[in-house]
Amino acid sequence: MFNEMTMDDQVREPYRALVDWMEANGPEVLEQKRLEAETLFRKIGITFAVYGEGGDPERLIPFDLIPRIFTASEWRKLDRGVKQRARALNTFLYDVYHNAEIIKAGIIPADLVFKNDAFEPAVIGIDPPRKVYSHIVGVDIVRTGPEDFYVLEDNCRTPSGVSYMLENREIMMRMFPELFKNLRIEPVESYPDMLLKTLKSIAPPKCDREPNIVVLTPGAMNSAYYEHSFLADQMGVELVEGQDLFVSDDRVYMRTTRGPARVDVIYRRIDDAYIDPLCFRPDSVLGVPGLMNVYRSGGVAICSAPGAGVADDKAVYTYVPDMIRFYLGQEPILNNVPTWKCGKPDDLKYVLEHLGELVVKEVHGSGGYGMLVGPASTREEQAAYAERIKADPGDFIAQPTLALSACPTFVESGIAPRHVDFRPFCLVGDDIRLAPGGLTRVAMREGSLVVNSSQGGGVKDTWIMSD
Amino acid sequence: MLSRTADNLFWLSRYVERAENMARLMEMGYRMALMPAVGDGNRSEWESVLSASGCLAGYDPDAPLRQEEVANYLIFNRDNPSSIINCFEYARANARAMRTAITAEMWEALNNALMELRRPSMHNLAKNELPEFIDWVKKQGSLFRGATDSTILRNDGYDFIRLGTFIERADNTARLLDVKYYVLLPETSMVGDGVDNYQWTTVLRAASSLRAFHWVYRDDYSPHRIAHFLILNPFSPRSLAHCAEQITQHLERLARHYGQRHDVHGQAVEMYSLLTQSAMDEIFSEGLHEFLTDFQIRNGALSSAIAEAYYFGGQ
Repeated sequence: MFNEMTMDDQVREPYRALVDWMEANGPEVLEQKRLEAETLFRKIGITFAVYGEGGDPERLIPFDLIPRIFTASEWRKLDRGVKQRARALNTFLYDVYHNAEIIKAGIIPADLVFKNDAFEPAVIGIDPPRKVYSHIVGVDIVRTGPEDFYVLEDNCRTPSGVSYMLENREIMMRMFPELFKNLRIEPVESYPDMLLKTLKSIAPPKCDREPNIVVLTPGAMNSAYYEHSFLADQMGVELVEGQDLFVSDDRVYMRTTRGPARVDVIYRRIDDAYIDPLCFRPDSVLGVPGLMNVYRSGGVAICSAPGAGVADDKAVYTYVPDMIRFYLGQEPILNNVPTWKCGKPDDLKYVLEHLGELVVKEVHGSGGYGMLVGPASTREEQAAYAERIKADPGDFIAQPTLALSACPTFVESGIAPRHVDFRPFCLVGDDIRLAPGGLTRVAMREGSLVVNSSQGGGVKDTWIMSD
Repeated sequence: MLSRTADNLFWLSRYVERAENMARLMEMGYRMALMPAVGDGNRSEWESVLSASGCLAGYDPDAPLRQEEVANYLIFNRDNPSSIINCFEYARANARAMRTAITAEMWEALNNALMELRRPSMHNLAKNELPEFIDWVKKQGSLFRGATDSTILRNDGYDFIRLGTFIERADNTARLLDVKYYVLLPETSMVGDGVDNYQWTTVLRAASSLRAFHWVYRDDYSPHRIAHFLILNPFSPRSLAHCAEQITQHLERLARHYGQRHDVHGQAVEMYSLLTQSAMDEIFSEGLHEFLTDFQIRNGALSSAIAEAYYFGGQ
């Protein structure tokens, strides 16, 4: 297993200054800082609620003080790789809603796209501004060795977690000012400005002025509500709910104390199914009736564009390297994790014979729910899961259990290595932008590979050292 | 500004003010209960507090009308929509629904208040040291208003916050006076005796106005003066006249800011004139209770008119 901080009993170079600091100050100081940080988080009200669980609806997400650090050259590779992927995914989305060249070329099976639940017939032939569908691409990356990075999955709809990237940094700068003074750590604070630029750049064709941008949230009960309000605040735009918006004369308006005000760009944090009850789920009260009509006629831009979800489907994921070759004529800079598709008879046979070594996931699942982690499961769990796979093989994929890298982390027994992953947030509009950083998630339980915050995962600040 | 945000700000400040006023009403009940019993010794202070706070109907008719039970109902009961803990819960929920419209300091004031109030030790404090608990609640109101005053932009959001504060405060001052005059002493023969004076000064204390009253009127505790201080005196921070003045000013600011006038502007001016042009003699001769009831109806109508003018209910 690769340890982010040490290799061959030596502290790796990017961690040198941090380790010196920790040794100079001792565990008591670190423990003191840890308590201070927790108080700060609670005070600011950064919380994460988990669906379907009792207890505190405003649970704190565990924050670990020990940062995860990348060198400048490691980052250069990640930066190029992530941007390459974001470009290919958006080209793919435009393609499948227009000429579907990649399907005609026989590279991706038609059924996989057109029969996909996330494929949205309602937007076929519509040109979103700048032909961009996924304006914020969150790419989940794991590491298994010094040079070995793999993409675990892409998040093309509304990836969450960027507020943690920003708030973690704020807290760290308050906790460790001397480290930030002495080290050259790339700042991430420009992210909200970059997001605002991106959103402005996708103003719809009918917008003839400085675009009015809003963030659309399902409301304060949503688990990511803190992030919605944080981003709206950082960008200085209104945070609206569906009830605040209405459609009139082919445009979208928000209800204000002065009367209706036109809205041009909606950064929605609501799933496709809920954004317009007239077009999608009729029982939705979160969305705006008639929104899709306005979208079709170029009266409003929606970020991410309806239909973008087909690009982050776990079965489509397996074709992303092929997309990069097909659309960009390049070799992928970041590798996919080798994946068996249970829909293929040979793959299915292999998966069923090797359940104990594999991680099996539902193709359409998210948030770490409903997966089987082979090495951590019992024979009974494997047998039960095998039945589920056999019932609907096309719904499952399997991947080898990667030896995820581990980063030293504060746990009850002291400091111990815990597995981490990494999610940078790539912005796509008039340009492709990537803030130097991202969200490092950490599995707080010993040996656990599940980093999702809904499953007890924590977060760390991520430092990119500049040259 | 989003109508929903304005609505939230307005109610947020009403809830904070309401929590504080609930504490003030309890303070009044607590002090009145320390007085020797009058007449047949039938103690009704806590019933009066329930009645004045509008909480009597929801109170279990079989429960004793004692400090411990009544205070617990008014502070911690989750089924009582006006209980202090619910006021803070609602205020914080409103704040959370529009975090972008309030400052971090305001959020922290509300968040800390609720976090502390949820602690089990607060039950003991309220049970054993009610005056101390009441001070704690008043302090939370002060912290929130102080945070608001020193950090928020002086834009339309500020006006909606202040409108909520003064609409609620006016309502509460009217209730405070009403409980004294109507519920506690229905028999006019007792007006003016020692017990009556004590009760009137208690009303002043509950309005945190005893010292201010001294400065204005020295030691003339006539009901007339005290009622004047809390109704018509524009310098008294909790008087109806002062509240009406503030409401009118903030509505004027909104009218200038938006370049729009609504029915509510006329209604506010009318309410304010009523208070500047009345004399205490007239009010007493026509009936203080009737006057206060009329005022509460006007004040409620004003609140609805604000909601209508600024589309709180949608467009």
